Amino acid sequence: MPPPLIELLHISKHFAGVKALDDVSLAIAPGEIHCLAGENGSGKSTLIKVISGVYQPDGGEIAIDGAPTRSLTPISTIAHGIQVIFQDFSLFGALTVAENLALSTELRERRWLVNWRDVRKVAKEALVRLGVQLDLDADLDTLPPSGRQLVAIARALMSSPRLLIMDEPTTALTRKEVEALFGVVRDIQSRGISILFVSHKMREMLEISERITVLRNGRVVGEGPTGEWDEVSITRAMTGHDPSGETYRWTRPATPPPPRLETRGFGVPGLFSDVNLKIHPGEIVGLSGLLGAGRTELAIALFGMYPAYHGSIFIDGQQVRLGSVQDAIAQGIAYVPEDRLGEGLFLTQTINRNLLASSYSALAHHGFINFAQAHERSSAMIKGMQIVTPSGDQPVIELSGGNQQRVVIGRWLMNDARIMVLNGPTVGVDVGSKAGIHRKIRDLAASAGLAVLMISDDVPELVQNCSRIVLMHRGRLIEDLSTSEVTEAQVADRLKALV
Amino acid sequence: MSQLLRRSETVIFLVVLFAVVVIGIINPAAWELGNVFSLLRANVITGIMALGVLTVLISGGIDISVPYFAMAAMYVTLLGMLNTGYSGVALPFIAATVIGLLLGVLNAFFVDSMRMIPMIVTLGTGTMVRGFLLGVVGTANINIDRMPPSLIHFASLYLVKRVQPDGTTIELSAMLVIYLALALLVHLLLRHTMIGRGVYAMGGDKEAARRAGFDVRRITYFVYCLSGALAGFAGLLYVSMSWLANPRDLAGTEIDVLAAVVLGGASIFGGRGSVLGTMLGVFTLVLVNNSLIILHVSTTWQRVAVGAIVIAATATTAWRDRKRLA
Repeated sequence: MPPPLIELLHISKHFAGVKALDDVSLAIAPGEIHCLAGENGSGKSTLIKVISGVYQPDGGEIAIDGAPTRSLTPISTIAHGIQVIFQDFSLFGALTVAENLALSTELRERRWLVNWRDVRKVAKEALVRLGVQLDLDADLDTLPPSGRQLVAIARALMSSPRLLIMDEPTTALTRKEVEALFGVVRDIQSRGISILFVSHKMREMLEISERITVLRNGRVVGEGPTGEWDEVSITRAMTGHDPSGETYRWTRPATPPPPRLETRGFGVPGLFSDVNLKIHPGEIVGLSGLLGAGRTELAIALFGMYPAYHGSIFIDGQQVRLGSVQDAIAQGIAYVPEDRLGEGLFLTQTINRNLLASSYSALAHHGFINFAQAHERSSAMIKGMQIVTPSGDQPVIELSGGNQQRVVIGRWLMNDARIMVLNGPTVGVDVGSKAGIHRKIRDLAASAGLAVLMISDDVPELVQNCSRIVLMHRGRLIEDLSTSEVTEAQVADRLKALV
Repeated sequence: MSQLLRRSETVIFLVVLFAVVVIGIINPAAWELGNVFSLLRANVITGIMALGVLTVLISGGIDISVPYFAMAAMYVTLLGMLNTGYSGVALPFIAATVIGLLLGVLNAFFVDSMRMIPMIVTLGTGTMVRGFLLGVVGTANINIDRMPPSLIHFASLYLVKRVQPDGTTIELSAMLVIYLALALLVHLLLRHTMIGRGVYAMGGDKEAARRAGFDVRRITYFVYCLSGALAGFAGLLYVSMSWLANPRDLAGTEIDVLAAVVLGGASIFGGRGSVLGTMLGVFTLVLVNNSLIILHVSTTWQRVAVGAIVIAATATTAWRDRKRLA
């Protein structure tokens, strides 16, 4: 058996006292598709940067073809035939496809002048090699993401690599494009090139790879041929615990109080109509349906953003008028939007400021903010929401997706929310954080008597957390399913039937 | 054909053509040979400065210190000439260019090494250089009687001379050749050298440019130094053509230069722009200003027009780039 193409032995790497990699060993055989799995922040990116020579490890050894190497630099790794395709592709939108492909070659030749004929020739060869056709003279940013990815792959293959590292290559692709990409990947493999496929999507890694290595908190927590893995075992390795089978069920008390939120004949012309919905304190109700069914519109109408609504809304038995966002906040309604990065967070601001963003007025006396009290409250919330950060002064942009979502939810809790509308609460959040967020939402519902409306496409998520799931279609509620009576498969089938 | 139509240069060309026709209808006097010659002459200074600003803009930066660097380079060079009694042409222009280039190093240093925002850096250096010039070097105008005759003689060279029926003469300035030569040079730099392609790459995605192997530090110094050097050159040429050196001149024209570059299709987000587009942009801007003068619109209203052009042109290119990104 030939020695591994590259072997990492007991690699460790620290950043300012934090162990990013701790005793990591990894071997990639020639011609192997190896998957590196792990959640955000598990050390995958650091490991890629060590292999590509961007970071120097603090400890451990690296051997290439069985021969130990002193240190890798970005240039020496390329000489060893290691190429990385970064998640953002590192391409140039304003340059043509041809130039994007030929730039590295020209730079390597240390040229001063551009020979446009050569550029086209080099680019053409690169595309032929990959077996794809693209318009050489098109500006790169006129291509769809899948086209850009092909350019990135073609460029990486130009230097005849022996190992191609692909960092989260499927993020921007549709399912069909992913399949096409896998075809390309297998084709590359058939030429004897090894591939390190970095991902957190379980189905994809099971489909494409031959070996899987799982990282968690900078350590290797599992390694083996793909045949020995399944979704449950990968999840367990990635998160450190079993995918939670626990479900949350709200039980109707013998003498129920009036519903926390009740709508009668609620509608906004042209968007949705005749919505009758009841959510009791402590209850989590799921809302699903196809995109465009009016789900998001219903959510933001409850948040006071469509003042011209029909029907009536009752909170704790009292009729209220939600004519503005201010009204909704005053009534204790919180809305966590789908696009938390765009609408929900001030990314470059600190966690404290993000948490306090909607409660400054409550903390102000005669126009002056009581900062001591503010700080105390935000610190308590960071702890309560289990946001992982050295301090509340860290900008939100440095947090992982799961932690960012906790900041958004935490902000609303500071406002003494009574009703929480969550739109896609765990979209883009990795498995472990997802479970954490679910647990938090249930805790809040159970202990604080929050009424929660959870909008989601994720059927397991809805079945696990909600006592009822309401299906919306073309602006109307068409079904009200009790989760104690239906299975995930049945809910999924009903959704499919709507198409 | 559709390729041609999609190019922003084509669009600007059509805008210019439209403006030419409209202005010709409103005021046929605009297209008399004499006015055409003076129109072309008016392209030279803004045009040379715009070439530098274009390069900076493509790299993802911005340079609004240009007219202040131009005036500083011009004034220091002229004082040097007057004090030494030197009366050549080439050496003073080299000196002014080098002074501009060195001031450009200052911009590049703050932008690259201190990682500061180019807008603020060049606003600061421009103001500082202007203050320093007026406070330390001097505020006195250098009138035609003290201007070095060699410079005036040089800037008076012409390509075509016509005697009008009424006895006046009109000339097409030879300085246009200098402008066209510099434009060609910058075009070749941007289009056919690796550092030029690096300017585009860096403006598109700085991190990716670094990963591809470009020396982004060198590119940053290159663009700001080029911009400073062209400004210095333009400064001395400006006073040679106007026969009067006032260190307070040109203040505020950074907006004209920027308007011309953005009108020429360069993206304020970096990564896009061309010399041809910029030249068309400069021509359009000069044409608008000139037409307003002919139509007896007051200079204050000309500023309104320039401001409106900046907003409109930036809005359209920004809209175009956002659409591409989406």
